[in-house]
Amino acid sequence: MTPTVNEFNLHVATVNGSGSQTANNTLLRAIFQMGVPVSGKNLFPSNIAGLPTWFTIRVNERGYVARQKRNDVLVAMNPETSVQDIAAMGPGSVVLISEGVPAPKVPDGAVSYVVPFHKLVEPLVPDVKLRKLVVNMIYVGVVADLIGIEKAEVERALEAQLARKPKALAMNLAAVDLGYDYAAQNLKPSPFRIERRDKTTGKILIEGNTAAALGAMFGGVSFVSWYPITPSSSLAESLQGYLEKYRRDPVTGKATFAIVQAEDEISAVGMVLGASWAGARAMTTTSGPGLSLMTEFVGYAYYAEIPAVVWDIQRIGPSTGLPTRTSQADLLSVAFLSHGDTRHVILFPSSVDDCFDFGMRAFDLADRLQTPVFVLSDLDLGMNVWMADPFSYPDKPWDRGKVLTAEDIEKIGKFERYRDVDGDAIPYRTLPGNTHPLAAYFTRGSGHDEQARYTESSEAYPRVMDRLNRKWETARTIVPKPLVEEAKGADAGILSFGSSRWAVAEARDLLRDEGLELSSLLLRAYPFTEEVRRYLDRHERVYVVEQNRDGQLASLLKMEYPDRAARIRSVLHYDGLPLDAVTVADGVRSGEREEVAAR
Amino acid sequence: MSATPTAAPQKNRIGLTAADYKGSKSTLCPGCGHDAITGSIVQAAFEMGLEPHRLAKLSGIGCSSKTPAYFMSRSHAFNAVHGRMPSIATGVFLANRELTLLGVSGDGDTASIGLGQFCHLVRRNVPVAYLIENNGVYGLTKGQFSATADLGTRAKTGRTNDLMPIDLCALAVELGCGFVARSFSGDPKQLRPILKAALSHRGTAVVDILSPCVTFNNHEGSTKSYVAVKEHDEPLHEVTYVPHFENIEVDYAPGESREVTLHDGSKVMLKKLGEDYDPGDAFGALTVLHRTRDEGKFVTGILYVNPEKPAFDEEVALADAPLSSLTMDQARPPRRVLEEVMDGLRTGAGATISAGGG
Repeated sequence: MTPTVNEFNLHVATVNGSGSQTANNTLLRAIFQMGVPVSGKNLFPSNIAGLPTWFTIRVNERGYVARQKRNDVLVAMNPETSVQDIAAMGPGSVVLISEGVPAPKVPDGAVSYVVPFHKLVEPLVPDVKLRKLVVNMIYVGVVADLIGIEKAEVERALEAQLARKPKALAMNLAAVDLGYDYAAQNLKPSPFRIERRDKTTGKILIEGNTAAALGAMFGGVSFVSWYPITPSSSLAESLQGYLEKYRRDPVTGKATFAIVQAEDEISAVGMVLGASWAGARAMTTTSGPGLSLMTEFVGYAYYAEIPAVVWDIQRIGPSTGLPTRTSQADLLSVAFLSHGDTRHVILFPSSVDDCFDFGMRAFDLADRLQTPVFVLSDLDLGMNVWMADPFSYPDKPWDRGKVLTAEDIEKIGKFERYRDVDGDAIPYRTLPGNTHPLAAYFTRGSGHDEQARYTESSEAYPRVMDRLNRKWETARTIVPKPLVEEAKGADAGILSFGSSRWAVAEARDLLRDEGLELSSLLLRAYPFTEEVRRYLDRHERVYVVEQNRDGQLASLLKMEYPDRAARIRSVLHYDGLPLDAVTVADGVRSGEREEVAAR
Repeated sequence: MSATPTAAPQKNRIGLTAADYKGSKSTLCPGCGHDAITGSIVQAAFEMGLEPHRLAKLSGIGCSSKTPAYFMSRSHAFNAVHGRMPSIATGVFLANRELTLLGVSGDGDTASIGLGQFCHLVRRNVPVAYLIENNGVYGLTKGQFSATADLGTRAKTGRTNDLMPIDLCALAVELGCGFVARSFSGDPKQLRPILKAALSHRGTAVVDILSPCVTFNNHEGSTKSYVAVKEHDEPLHEVTYVPHFENIEVDYAPGESREVTLHDGSKVMLKKLGEDYDPGDAFGALTVLHRTRDEGKFVTGILYVNPEKPAFDEEVALADAPLSSLTMDQARPPRRVLEEVMDGLRTGAGATISAGGG
């Protein structure tokens, strides 16, 4: 049988808190260093230690990175889940079973080995507690040998991670050795193999949250407040790490940033508004429950026109929901967050490159539009590892929007905070500290007129609200445009956003192989730009793919384009696991079958 | 017709008149204690010679929180949402540490909906003169009890309050606040120097000001009516404020007064009225607060002061120049930093992998 080369899925089932992270990352990096494209997904519980967790590595030299439902190689370390984990494997798969875990018979055609991982590690590590961690490196060695990862690459991957801990490194390297030796003596060559390629040269591996943090730093952030919440905490924490390193003077110890862990999300967003109002580039990062708490202040910022950047790393709701599972179900609540008539600018990153780019652009848009700008990422994009080309240094200066200095006011001779002077519905603002006697104004969430004076006037209120609507039209012209790929002659297309991008791209290839050509539109912002209308005009059937139950994007599209509502169909996925191509292809196929049946 | 010659209005050290510190006309009920406090703020700011552009007025929601519109119209103002002014103050201060912050709140805004943010503001020691215009009732919503309503006080509707009040001064002392004072809107002679001292303190300065609500809490049976507060006011000392820019000698006999030097070099002189009171003793402050509460009295004066407690900007080691003044070159690290980070992500040496959690 010829082996399957560079195209398979490796699944590791462990117990949360058992220290498998370094091990899985070592496997991922070693494959990456072999020049073969990989992606890794951590499927973990809301728990510190004891509950089951899985790590899936997709090896694919064609560059597909979405999750697949099928696994080809399994490492069954967790006695709690081994029965189901093994039962889910198909014919042709390879199963490594940790000695002692309950194991059903593997399916016909599958190969299985019982490996005494724990016995192997015993002589190497006398300390029982430490043994629990190092045992993971034994499976790294066994798997690496089985699928043909060069040992030097495993060692290099480990060295990069543990360079600062020489003792731990030596012990882990020895464990890897043991694993390699055991596999060489006891295992037959695997039908799934890694072969060296050159498809990862120069590339990086990074999580979306880290990319977002870098984007924020290069966007010139100076104020961050946040409240810990999965899956957004790693954004704030990596941002803190980078800022401490690159924005604190090593000599004086003084920082050109402030980062505050707030007492809750209300306070987190309040601090952002205060800092932004006073002239700092300010942001917060949160997830669904935090957004709910921020609601009142967000409406305030919309009405009083204060810039703010809010990252929402979506997880499954409502309520506590599934805190460690991915979702795209915050879309509608974010779009209209707050009481009263509100509408918010949203950016939809679909890749780590977008996270970096939007990390910067969100600030420019917020400052330009004087309004909160939301960046709607999700757990899959934010917390999983993605391959990318190195990010490019920004080639444009930042945009701090319309801020008047004392000299500006002196020249103009007057200042009215909420007057549309330029016809784009964006007024000018001043910052506290401005020395001009006319610079001060009164910021309030209550009714106000062009001069920021309190009023309950039934003329002034609609006047201000209508201007905010016109400002929304200005936003439409400056937000990122969608990425559109029109298939020649296609009368159907897919419309998606965020992390769904990768499963959609793969599904289009699957369907193309079956003879179904589909266009694609990847939405990158709300408000929708003109390209979205054109796309709906040109396609009779548009499959809106999204990771929520209610078809929230489809609803927004139908609201915006009621005359095109009949063209919109939904393909939905909301089980908390990252979207896969088969789900998308199945959804489109069934839609197309209905279409044929209806004709 | 001959004009009566009038003296030119008095100017302060930066050449402004008292009128330059005024705001728009108050829309509160005639006789409201809050308007008296507004008057004291105007006078205090004028006498201190505060530069209006260096001050930011912050407030929450309620009658008290409307008052920043009634003074210092040449200063920026942020009238926030209910109970959340402390978070705004924290953001404003960290963005521009050169601003003097004056926060105005009420007992509903601080002791109920905003209690959490109030505690964390004090805990962080964000420099803001935090005034609580305390009348024991919700005025704008027509007379419901607030969490500072005293035990046994009677509402206009006849209802009696049977819950213990939250004493915001005792709470502030307990939280380690570096400046805690209580005063009375009807005693400008005491209130003004306290306001000045609070504005000179670099840290959170909590000033709880009893300020009777003439419409909903000024009847017989109310413990916070004008008459009741006046009758039960127990001043700790006579407060004199000596600004750093004036060379005034205040002569007290030895043992007759205590002197505290504030962060900006100003001084407060506390002249003994009865028993000697040490404003540097937090236990003493809590003792007198408990005793007077049990006696149905309101102790007023500077209850506790510690000018040495480091403010939040020192805690986070903020650079001297305000964050709001950063240029792009100061805020955006150079190209080599991105290259260094990308190198780390290429080799794995600089990679960070998220942990789980929930």
